[in-house]
Amino acid sequence: MKIRLDHVVKIFETFRAVKDVSLEVESGELVALLGPSGSGKTTILRMVAGLEFADSGNIYFGDQDATDIPVRDRGVGFVFQHYALFPHMTVAENIAFGMDVSKVKREKAAIRARVKELLRLVRLEGLGDRFPAQISGGQRQRVALARALAVDPKVLLLDEPFGALDANVRRELRRWLREIHTTLGITTLFVTHDQEEALDLADRVVILKDGHIVQQGTPEAVCRDPKSAFVMKFLGDANMLAADVRDGKAYADGAVIDAAGLADGKAELYARPGDLDWAPQGAGIAATISRVMDRPGGRRVIATTRDGVHLELDLEPERAVTSGDNGFVTLRRAKVFAA
Amino acid sequence: MRRNVLPGLRLSLGVTLLYVSLIVVLPLAALVFKAASLGPADYWQIVSSSRALASYRVTVLAALAATFFNLFLGLALAWTLVRYRFPGRRIVDAMVDLPFALPTAVAGISLTALFTTNGLFGSILSDFGIKVAYTPLGIMIAMCFTSLPFIVRTVQPVLEDLDPSLEEAAQSLGGSDWAIFRKVILPLLTPALLAGVSLSFARCLGEFGAIIFIAGNQPMSTEITALLIFIRLEEYDYQAAAAIASVLLFTAFLMLGITNWLQARALRYTLRT
Repeated sequence: MKIRLDHVVKIFETFRAVKDVSLEVESGELVALLGPSGSGKTTILRMVAGLEFADSGNIYFGDQDATDIPVRDRGVGFVFQHYALFPHMTVAENIAFGMDVSKVKREKAAIRARVKELLRLVRLEGLGDRFPAQISGGQRQRVALARALAVDPKVLLLDEPFGALDANVRRELRRWLREIHTTLGITTLFVTHDQEEALDLADRVVILKDGHIVQQGTPEAVCRDPKSAFVMKFLGDANMLAADVRDGKAYADGAVIDAAGLADGKAELYARPGDLDWAPQGAGIAATISRVMDRPGGRRVIATTRDGVHLELDLEPERAVTSGDNGFVTLRRAKVFAA
Repeated sequence: MRRNVLPGLRLSLGVTLLYVSLIVVLPLAALVFKAASLGPADYWQIVSSSRALASYRVTVLAALAATFFNLFLGLALAWTLVRYRFPGRRIVDAMVDLPFALPTAVAGISLTALFTTNGLFGSILSDFGIKVAYTPLGIMIAMCFTSLPFIVRTVQPVLEDLDPSLEEAAQSLGGSDWAIFRKVILPLLTPALLAGVSLSFARCLGEFGAIIFIAGNQPMSTEITALLIFIRLEEYDYQAAAAIASVLLFTAFLMLGITNWLQARALRYTLRT
């Protein structure tokens, strides 16, 4: 089912708001709404679900205007950050809830069979008789997903689904959710503030800030070509240097980089730690290493320029550098945005 | 050894145990002891006299009716106070505690004044042929009044802590309002409702001050058990008073036992394996 948001506006008394958002999610697509807290991502998701209603604008499911359809008739599966499992029901009863209360009456045996099938899908066979308090967080979230899938939703909506779980469980569940999506092919929209999660999982990432969409595209597109300093900073660690643009080139503290298309004047140069390199001699930004942090994959070096700017560099594990070394930071690549 | 943040388990345990013994266990034990000083035949004769039986019947039936009524009103009141914002909400919230704060005799006199046949409510009700004051109905109303706060105050905090996403989840799964209330909200409120019911019922059984003014106190029809005990005391018949009181005590214990058991059953899901 294709979802289309057309100039949707929702203003709360608090600072949260969604200001004129238009968005399309293709049938079968897995899309991430990514943004810092207060960016309106959860509100958008809740409006798609029918848990909130837009002040203006329309939401379409396929060709149907779903703007005013209440959540219980909208045919969406919603997964909450804190699972929202019914604590007094067993895992099996939780999964069966949607089928039990449905207007479409089903045979008890048919419901049992469907519950069993879903338990297998979420790999929780044999846990049907447990209560939510008796299983782990990751298992609870899988039950929540099975419960949402039980009503055969047209659209699956997930609100920070892995936000309350620890890092290892998160990664595992991410892979697993991707597999389920591939199996079922259900249109899925999920909200996260974790850029790694969005990039790992989604076909397309929609980045939000202050109730606006600032950029959307495939993970590759948003990573390789961030259109603004905000996106650049939000997607990962980034160093910033003040730069001057003259004749299509940006000059920053001894480093020069191509900045075609930018007007002359003040600009900001952004580079990821991996975009920087270190040379004891030669051209570049003169700096002193103030700290070396060793990580499994390499060495994170903090170098301080003469102007007192701290730059973070990622170097290979073999590189011999120690704090106190003088040398030069060179740019492999960087993004320049008008200040 | 496990260390606690605050020291003094032995001291605090000692003080609380001593206090509970002095203030709760000792008087109850004295009561049982007094009642037991009667022979079994005398005891049985006193507690099963027709006047005592009539008093049990009116007390227990009125208490059951009042508790049943308060179960609904209390739940509705708690629901309204938690779920809606309206002008005067805090005043209503404060007024719920009034039956606790008011001397029960004051409540009894006010209710009697309202419900006698020439009172404000009583005159209207008597037009319909309903007599409240000096009837079992009056006893029930006095009980309702004094035990109302129990159910409101036990349900209210649980309702406040109820995760709104549970209801949203149930809605997104297609549940109707009624189905959500019956299958999600009510089961989660059941332990609190049971606790409120048991407190409310116990209070109704023992209520004295509010009732004696409105009840009329006719032996065999509107004489409550607590009053009968009082009458025996006035007659210096301490053994008979203790015997009848022991019946009330036993009933209260039984009720507490039953509700505790039901509560444990309703809370099975919180047990970890």
